[in-house]
Amino acid sequence: MMRFLLLFSRQGKLRLQKWFTPLVERERKKVVRDMTLMVLGRPPRSCNFLHWKDLKVVYKRYASLYFCCGLDDKDNELLALEVLHRYVELLDKYFGNVCELDIIFNFEKAYFILDEFLMGGEVQETSKVTVAKSIEASDMLQETMEEYMSKPAF
Amino acid sequence: MSPSVRLQEMIRVIRSARTQCEERGVIQKECAAIRAQFRQADNGGRSHNLAKLLYVHMLGYPAHFGQMECVRLIASPRYSEKRVGYLGAMMLLDEKQDASLLITNSIKNDLSHSSPYVQSLALCTLACMGSAEMCRDLAPEIDRLLKTANAYIKKKAALCAVHIVRKVPELAELFNTAARSLLTEKNHGVLHGAVVLITELCERNPSALPHFRKIVPDLVHIMKGLVMSGYSPEHNVAGISDPFLQVRILRLLRILGRNDDEASDAMNDLLAQVATNTDSSKTAGSAVLYETVLTIMDINSECGLRILAVNILGRFLLSNDRNIRYVSMMSLQKIVQTDHNAVQRHRGTIVDCLKDQDASVKRRALELSLALVSAANIRSLMKELLLFLSCCPPELRAQTASGIFSAAERFAPSQRWHIDTALHVLTTAGGDVRDEMVPSLIQLITTATELHCYTVHKLYRALVADISQQSLVQVACWCIGEYGDLLLRGECEETEPVQVTEDDVLDALETVLQSHMSSPATRGFALTATMKLSTRISRNVDRIRSIVSIYGSCIDVELQQRAVEYNALFKKYDHMRAAVLERMPVIDRSSPGHDNGEPAVIQAPDKTKNNPVVTLTQEPTNQARDLLDLLGGSDEPAQPSTVQPAPAAPVPDSGSAGGDLLDLLGGLDSIPDPSVTVYEQNGVTVKLRCDRQTDVGVTATLVASNTTDSDITQFTLQAAVPKCVQLQMRAPSGDVLPARGAGQVTQTVHLNNPNKVSLRMRVRLSYCSGGSTCQDTVQVDSFPASASH
Repeated sequence: MMRFLLLFSRQGKLRLQKWFTPLVERERKKVVRDMTLMVLGRPPRSCNFLHWKDLKVVYKRYASLYFCCGLDDKDNELLALEVLHRYVELLDKYFGNVCELDIIFNFEKAYFILDEFLMGGEVQETSKVTVAKSIEASDMLQETMEEYMSKPAF
Repeated sequence: MSPSVRLQEMIRVIRSARTQCEERGVIQKECAAIRAQFRQADNGGRSHNLAKLLYVHMLGYPAHFGQMECVRLIASPRYSEKRVGYLGAMMLLDEKQDASLLITNSIKNDLSHSSPYVQSLALCTLACMGSAEMCRDLAPEIDRLLKTANAYIKKKAALCAVHIVRKVPELAELFNTAARSLLTEKNHGVLHGAVVLITELCERNPSALPHFRKIVPDLVHIMKGLVMSGYSPEHNVAGISDPFLQVRILRLLRILGRNDDEASDAMNDLLAQVATNTDSSKTAGSAVLYETVLTIMDINSECGLRILAVNILGRFLLSNDRNIRYVSMMSLQKIVQTDHNAVQRHRGTIVDCLKDQDASVKRRALELSLALVSAANIRSLMKELLLFLSCCPPELRAQTASGIFSAAERFAPSQRWHIDTALHVLTTAGGDVRDEMVPSLIQLITTATELHCYTVHKLYRALVADISQQSLVQVACWCIGEYGDLLLRGECEETEPVQVTEDDVLDALETVLQSHMSSPATRGFALTATMKLSTRISRNVDRIRSIVSIYGSCIDVELQQRAVEYNALFKKYDHMRAAVLERMPVIDRSSPGHDNGEPAVIQAPDKTKNNPVVTLTQEPTNQARDLLDLLGGSDEPAQPSTVQPAPAAPVPDSGSAGGDLLDLLGGLDSIPDPSVTVYEQNGVTVKLRCDRQTDVGVTATLVASNTTDSDITQFTLQAAVPKCVQLQMRAPSGDVLPARGAGQVTQTVHLNNPNKVSLRMRVRLSYCSGGSTCQDTVQVDSFPASASH
């Protein structure tokens, strides 16, 4: 299973954190610090897999954001790369050419999309279309969208 | 108080803060406003405020005062508030907080809500941070939801069940039947959830395996459908139909087929089909192939299939994608022991990966190359490894050096090659060679008797060129000390001899002694080497004397002690100097199975050997003992302090170095060897126990004990042997025999018998008993057979 998923910028600012295992605040901060240091310190053309404690760490850089996840030893790293890519595709579809600012100003939407795609550290829906439809329907349910969310550009 | 701004406005303001201080100020103001808002009665902006708080939390500021607000929002009937409330719960609450229990009831209610989106929120939160109690409470609900008609809810319930099984393994049985029935679904999301659930059930509870093995045909059928089906736009990724599902099914098949022939047979064809048909040009296909390979290697697959899998890994090694190369090397490493020959075929590619840019790939390639070393490929592979050593990144050097040493030890085709390789490593990466390697290198050099001349010449050249690499310097000093006469003779068949004078050699050693780059251990080596040269050179003995006396007042205690003792050797015991400093005998390893570099096997026997020996050299007595300990001290090139860690520290790859040297003193096993009483008078008993016997020598221990009522003091033994036999006496353990057999005095003697004459020894005892001195002589004509040969 995936233990955590982090998004951070090239300056090390955290943009999204999803934890699939119970960790106290202090431990979470330590993990974020370690991941940021390790990933940002990698030379440009290195492979996307790392080892950290007993976990495999898979990271991928998309524009100015690093997507970083921690996996169990038994998980397939290449598939994790596909998972990260799928998440980016979902964000891209929802926001329309997503960029870091979209995720900063609409972070709760990023979480909602993530919650439709992953659950308990596992993929819950393998079809892009289905995930997009669920998000749309949830958004419809939500009243007073305009107040603090920009309208999703489908 | 300024009205609280909208979320995006707040984010903008925070981001525009130019300093950390400014940002803190803004956030404090906002948090105060949010807190005030929370205290108010229900207003329309609650969800906005919580969202703002969550943003602030993500920046790293404390947000615990929002926990209760999360609980309140979750209980609200409005969907927008529930959504943010649950999000807040997942971010701010974890199972260790008390507040998390408060939401259990809300979750329970929401699980039966009419809207599937509300149900989904509850399921998601439960799967994310549900504690064990919450899981126990809500498991029946989840089981019920697994059987609903709505695929959207079913898939989420399946993953929720996975979380429950992880948290409370005893509840696993609850989901067994439901999980199986989910496999009949067509919806990919549900199928995926079902496969994950069954995987989790099988891993938690191996007794469920027979039950689930029955589904192997179903899984094979589903998989075939995915692989053979036409283009399905909904699930297609780079030409592969739903790689996520395919990989999970393969993983489940792996678990089910492990150690089970029937299941393995059932999936054989499928695996072969997937392996051959999957297009691996993109990551998605490679992920599926990778999982297939892992599955093939783990189940009881037939030989052809295994070779196919290894070939796929070999093909991966040639891929342009760095990730794929890395992944294939990880897998090859796991199977190199079991499928050694298959992996050997790809040795060339693996060795090429040593030149890869990426550090992780290099590391894997190094480990694999070292695992692939065999007697057949040692020469060519060693060339590559030595090349790698000269240009590898610093963090890998120590590992490479020790790997090369252990490989060389196991498969060296000739001694000359072995020494050459060792010298090459020393000169290229001498600073990264581990300290434990030095004794084993020295031992290697002593065994190659014909190559002493060659070795000392090469090492001298290297020493003169560079004295910063400690291991190299230590070995070089030792060799110069030991074989200095060969160096000075200026002739050598194997290599271009150096024409040096005694002054040059002493200059070199003195440079090492005085250099600030030399560690204390290295300086010890250099001092001892200088001293040893005093018997090997003819003209500059005075220079050596002066060096030695200078170091008699050195600050370093070890050097000072050595210098003082050597000084004493010059002054008072000059007659013994030649004997003490003569050429050392070949240090050989004790048992034949020794050099396989399997630490676990060697550890145990060495421990029993090392400990008694260490205590022998530790016990303090008179100065004669100190001098004779020079022999013990100079036998082990490292100081006694480094001898002790040898049994305690993990044995290095090249086999236990410390133990080999201490074998000079014989295997002092605690097994009671047959000992012969050679003297028994006046209450004093002296037994002779043979520790070790070879064709050309005997190591024996004389054990003296006292049965009288009073202590016997000033007990000394002297021994004499026939002319052609050489005698070495170690220091006695003491000179007092306690009364009534309360203790013993032991003294080890080693007889070197190159001419193989019959061994005889005359022992003279002298002691003081009851106020009067006694002297006695006894002749030992035969040595008892030793327990260990």
